[in-house]
Amino acid sequence: MIEPAKFKPKTVYVIYIASTPEQVWQALTSSEFTRQYFWERSVELEPKLGGAFVLRLPDGRINVKGKVIAYDPPRKLSVSWQVEWPEEFRKLPECLVTYELAQAGEAVRLTMTESHSWDVPDAILAGGRIGWPAILSSLKSLLEAGRPLAIAMEPPKEMIEAIKRLR
Amino acid sequence: MTDKPKFVYVTYIAAAPEKVWEALTKPGISEKYWFGYRVAADGNPGDLMTATSPAGKLSHRDPIIESDPPRRLVYGWKPLEKDKPDERPSRVTFELKSFKGQTRLTVIHDEFDEGSKIFEMISKGWPAVLSSLKSFLETGHALEPSWSEEDRKRVADAEARA
Repeated sequence: MIEPAKFKPKTVYVIYIASTPEQVWQALTSSEFTRQYFWERSVELEPKLGGAFVLRLPDGRINVKGKVIAYDPPRKLSVSWQVEWPEEFRKLPECLVTYELAQAGEAVRLTMTESHSWDVPDAILAGGRIGWPAILSSLKSLLEAGRPLAIAMEPPKEMIEAIKRLR
Repeated sequence: MTDKPKFVYVTYIAAAPEKVWEALTKPGISEKYWFGYRVAADGNPGDLMTATSPAGKLSHRDPIIESDPPRRLVYGWKPLEKDKPDERPSRVTFELKSFKGQTRLTVIHDEFDEGSKIFEMISKGWPAVLSSLKSFLETGHALEPSWSEEDRKRVADAEARA
């Protein structure tokens, strides 16, 4: 079992969304929403501590798998995050992804924190630092304007190179 | 290691860079999403960026360092409010990149000294301002000032004293 205390926050992204915590929670945890803003991935979440977490590609392959580490709807969700595809990314040690939701005036403040248990190089962190703003900007557009954004993106080259160098 | 504080924030907006540029530089637009602040930054390098609070007080009077509409804008940053810490000016860079009619907006705020109190403030402030900008350009509705009650009271008290 994972020890959350060993994981240190490395990337934090805060975004305010004109919505309710319940709606943002639903957008984070239901696949009808994630398919629209998270590059067509479906989220599968067993809604309890220790439950299974999966991000699935449209063709059925597993992109990310993990376990539910914190579950407190609609305030906090934390999952362990082991990348399964692309295959060479399996060498990456699992990380923790945590969403925290708080009412802020008439909006919701959503804080995403990516935490790591090892001395992860910036080249590898670049993946999340480039990806999360795109994913969460698209989520905000979907909830507020009814339309996600069209942001095509590949993992940065520096990240792929750094993963190849991992043992 | 001497890592000077540096804030970086990226947001994607379903609007053309020209629209985002206007919103960042024209006071009549900024006051609609920047929580009532009128920010005038459409000058040339060497001109001044000014910002005026909702109560009409001057809160910024900083040099424009670079201006390449609608791609890149750089200006100095020294809050003038009496309740703000007296620190050396920092620097704000906006980079706008167009793709498929949308804009990737990157805000880099750097040139702080270590332990800067203003750095802590702007790290909380930019996500709120840029979220509101995105809402305003995509839906026509900005966000309400979303910082804590405590901060709101602090700002109100400072304005009353000024």
